Amino acid sequence: MLELRNVTKTVGAVEHIRDVSLTLQHGSLNVLLGPTLSGKTSLMRLMAGLDVPTSGSVWFDGQNVTGTPVQKRKIAMVYQQFINYPAMTVYDNIASPLRVAGVEQGKIDSQVREAAALLKLTPYLDRTPLSLSGGQQQRTALARAIVKNASLVLLDEPLANLDYKLREELRAELPRIFAAAGTIFVYATTEPHEALLLGGNTATLSEGRITQFGPTIDVFRKPVDLVTARTFADPPLNSIVLAKKGADFLLEGGVKLPVPAELVGIADTNYTIGFQPHHLSLDRPNAAAVPVRAKVTITEITGSESFIHLDFADARWVMLTHGIRDFETDAVVEVFIDPRHIMVFDEHGRAMTAPKLAA
Amino acid sequence: MDKTWNNKAWFLVLPVLVLVAFTAVVPLMTVVNYSVQDTFGNNVFFWAGTEWFEELLSSSRFWEAMVRNLVFSFIILAIEVPLGIFIALNMPKKGWGVPVCLVLMSLPLLIPWNVVGTIWQVFGRSDIGLMGYYLNAIGIDYNYVQDPFDAWVTIIVMDVWHWTSLVVLLCYAGLVSIPDAFYQAAKIDGASRWAVFRYIQLPKMQRVLLIAVLLRFMDSFMIYTEPFVVTGGGPGNSTTFLSIDLVKTALGQFDLGPAAAMSLVYFLIILLLSWVFYTVMTNYDAER
Amino acid sequence: MARIDVNHVRHSYLPNPRTDADFALREVHHTFEDGGAYALLGPSGCGKTTLLNIISGLLHPSHGQLLFNGRDVTNLSTQERNIAQVFQFPVIYDTMTVYDNLAFPLRNRGVPEADVDRKVRETLEMIDLASWAKKKARGLTADQKQKISLGRGLVRSDVNAILFDEPLTVIDPHMKWVLRSQLKQLHRRFGYTMVYVTHDQTEALTFADQVVVMYDGGIVQIGTPAELFERPRHTFVGYFIGSPGMNVVPVAIEGRTATLGSQRIELPGVPKASAGAVELGIRPEYVRLGSDGMAVSITKVEDVGRHKVVRAKLEGREIAAVIGEDETVPAEPKVRFDPAGINIYADSWRVEMGA
Repeated sequence: MLELRNVTKTVGAVEHIRDVSLTLQHGSLNVLLGPTLSGKTSLMRLMAGLDVPTSGSVWFDGQNVTGTPVQKRKIAMVYQQFINYPAMTVYDNIASPLRVAGVEQGKIDSQVREAAALLKLTPYLDRTPLSLSGGQQQRTALARAIVKNASLVLLDEPLANLDYKLREELRAELPRIFAAAGTIFVYATTEPHEALLLGGNTATLSEGRITQFGPTIDVFRKPVDLVTARTFADPPLNSIVLAKKGADFLLEGGVKLPVPAELVGIADTNYTIGFQPHHLSLDRPNAAAVPVRAKVTITEITGSESFIHLDFADARWVMLTHGIRDFETDAVVEVFIDPRHIMVFDEHGRAMTAPKLAA
Repeated sequence: MDKTWNNKAWFLVLPVLVLVAFTAVVPLMTVVNYSVQDTFGNNVFFWAGTEWFEELLSSSRFWEAMVRNLVFSFIILAIEVPLGIFIALNMPKKGWGVPVCLVLMSLPLLIPWNVVGTIWQVFGRSDIGLMGYYLNAIGIDYNYVQDPFDAWVTIIVMDVWHWTSLVVLLCYAGLVSIPDAFYQAAKIDGASRWAVFRYIQLPKMQRVLLIAVLLRFMDSFMIYTEPFVVTGGGPGNSTTFLSIDLVKTALGQFDLGPAAAMSLVYFLIILLLSWVFYTVMTNYDAER
Repeated sequence: MARIDVNHVRHSYLPNPRTDADFALREVHHTFEDGGAYALLGPSGCGKTTLLNIISGLLHPSHGQLLFNGRDVTNLSTQERNIAQVFQFPVIYDTMTVYDNLAFPLRNRGVPEADVDRKVRETLEMIDLASWAKKKARGLTADQKQKISLGRGLVRSDVNAILFDEPLTVIDPHMKWVLRSQLKQLHRRFGYTMVYVTHDQTEALTFADQVVVMYDGGIVQIGTPAELFERPRHTFVGYFIGSPGMNVVPVAIEGRTATLGSQRIELPGVPKASAGAVELGIRPEYVRLGSDGMAVSITKVEDVGRHKVVRAKLEGREIAAVIGEDETVPAEPKVRFDPAGINIYADSWRVEMGA
């Protein structure tokens, strides 16, 4: 079990990590999701012991490992760049951590071949990394991380430098790698889509702070605040500030959006309403759906889906629909908001949830 | 960024610290000690206070040597930096020419300093030297032993020959690190050769240039071996730099006290000027 | 703006290319229409960047000819071709201000300062950086820098085409949406000829009117996003476009019926040829999961938020199906193939189907 207790990291006058507390269990996959410079890499360096926190402590299986250098802990890292020993064959690359650890020759061979088979590298064992494609180079780096049998494996945007399709392929194979018993995996990414595909747990990061940590799909469906909802949305989250009056939020032009039943009792004031782009639709999804008129700024068509960018009052929204739905710029269209899927945030950006009302 | 503490690392650094202590700190302290005392041999010392410093700073010999040093360093920088940049810009960026050029450029740097001096001392001689003899043969009156101007030219040409490579190599390293896309974008923007240099190459070379200027300044300000071998500080005192003057005082006349005071002043000047150079250039960098 | 004709262009980085394998670009013959938005899409090493650099003049093709508005520009330099290009990593002159960065290409061409000022201000408005004009360019974020790179192209009123070489690589997902839609709006408003190189299908499909899919140095298919999605000419296009890609399974054809193991699948028509290795392609979006049809065993369900991807085995073949966010997998799962989404391939190339 890896525990960060109130960890803060300051470099110069800049706070890279602000008061992070996090507990990661053995045998779990944990995604760190956040934009560039949100602190993903800084946090990983602290977990690995490459950096020492300015304040707070790092614990591993009940032992304080704050300040214990990375060499003394069983940690493997995979980076965005493909880092291998260029002069060694793929076989020797994978074998290198085992040789350093002084594993006996026979065991090395079987472990290297096992890892190579898992990552489909068997045909390339005698080649050098630079003669391979980017995907194969990164597989080699991954294989090296696996054979190390580390208790903590850190992957810092490992697929970022690969082609879209290669990413998809390698991503599909990652779960098999993550199945390694007892190891804690930490995976940093900027892409919400990737976090969802990987599953496991997700911690959303924003400006050096962890805004939420929990099972990935729960964080996606029930963000605790607006920042988390925004971090975990691709296409971007649609939002608008609305005044609540009784059982309704008041929209432009006298349209009323019903307040979710469990929130009817909250105070009548302004709230930020957020909803995912696929919860805005051209066709009425159900009787409760509320129609609004919005102006099209641009339409993007992928062949299977259409992204329709809309202006509504002061807000810029994206609607994601199936099929090909093309509109001229500036066309006014009627779109439906499904009240079942709206999220409500207070003036501080905190999600209004039923339990909070009870308290 | 601070790293994890590892006490074992200190044991690895310890030998170096001891070595530095013996080669730098201890001698420096000895010099400080000498500089405030007078000695008459047999290790008998008398307290002299700031006497040597006062004498030194009021002596015209010191100031003349100092001016010579500054003029020399200025000329050296004015020639070697632009020339170095120019050569680096014209060196091939790929192909077989790269290793050839790099080896050629490194050659002067690999020759021991006193050998460089000797080479030029012989090379410039008007009786047997390849350069000196033929310069005279085509009617140019050249004799570095008698003419102060010729002596200066010889030393400067020698230093340029010896050290421009360093500037070239540093600039070259800066240049090859510029991604191709920058040159391509400049082509597309219709930039002239000069604009490419001014807005792409120079800004990207700035850091290495700072190092080159600092190194060349410190080195040229401390020059000793080569002029000592070639001219021995002459004719007259025309090429007597601070370092040569210092050795003359310390070893020629065994005036340890004044020599120590001189060393310290010399040391402080270099420190000060290097600091000024560094601050000015890094501030300039930060402003932009 | 210009129409660009690429006439039988081949390119090799080797001095004496012999076989097809020596060519990074095997043969491209295509016209980029004036004012069109094109994407060159393919995996790394497919020749897309080579083709882009040939259009921009950074690379001289080994064979073939390049025309801008009918004029041969094959031997003209990049400057003379008057194109703009945005690179993968933002190229900015970081000692200059944002304003001077945009003014640079105009000043280089000796444009009078009054016109420079007018054009630069217009362009700053277009790319939403007007309030940043006086700032040094080096302090900006990656997406702002990329906008400056773009701006240096837009500022010239006479550019023939704007070329993009994977311009969103270093941009965060959220900003990608913003930049992409701004790019598209600029195209709609001003009608630039744009060619956009990428390996990312979402970028290619959303940006372009016509997507050029490249593979192994050649063009496999050119079409609208809808054509590429519904009628991939080659199984590679089926695989490369779509996420997950098209399901491709080997079948035997008899009239209007395809046979996969013990399953019989009704086709929308009779394939016109069925020699060689025959395969049936169907996108996961057209695989209907329910309680009637062919029995499958589910291996995995991926919940990606807006929908779920169901991985299943049908007659021992792996297939994927896409189901809605709120849909669930039935207890005895079966699949049907929507005839509208069925394509038949012989030796990997699509064959037409008759009535």
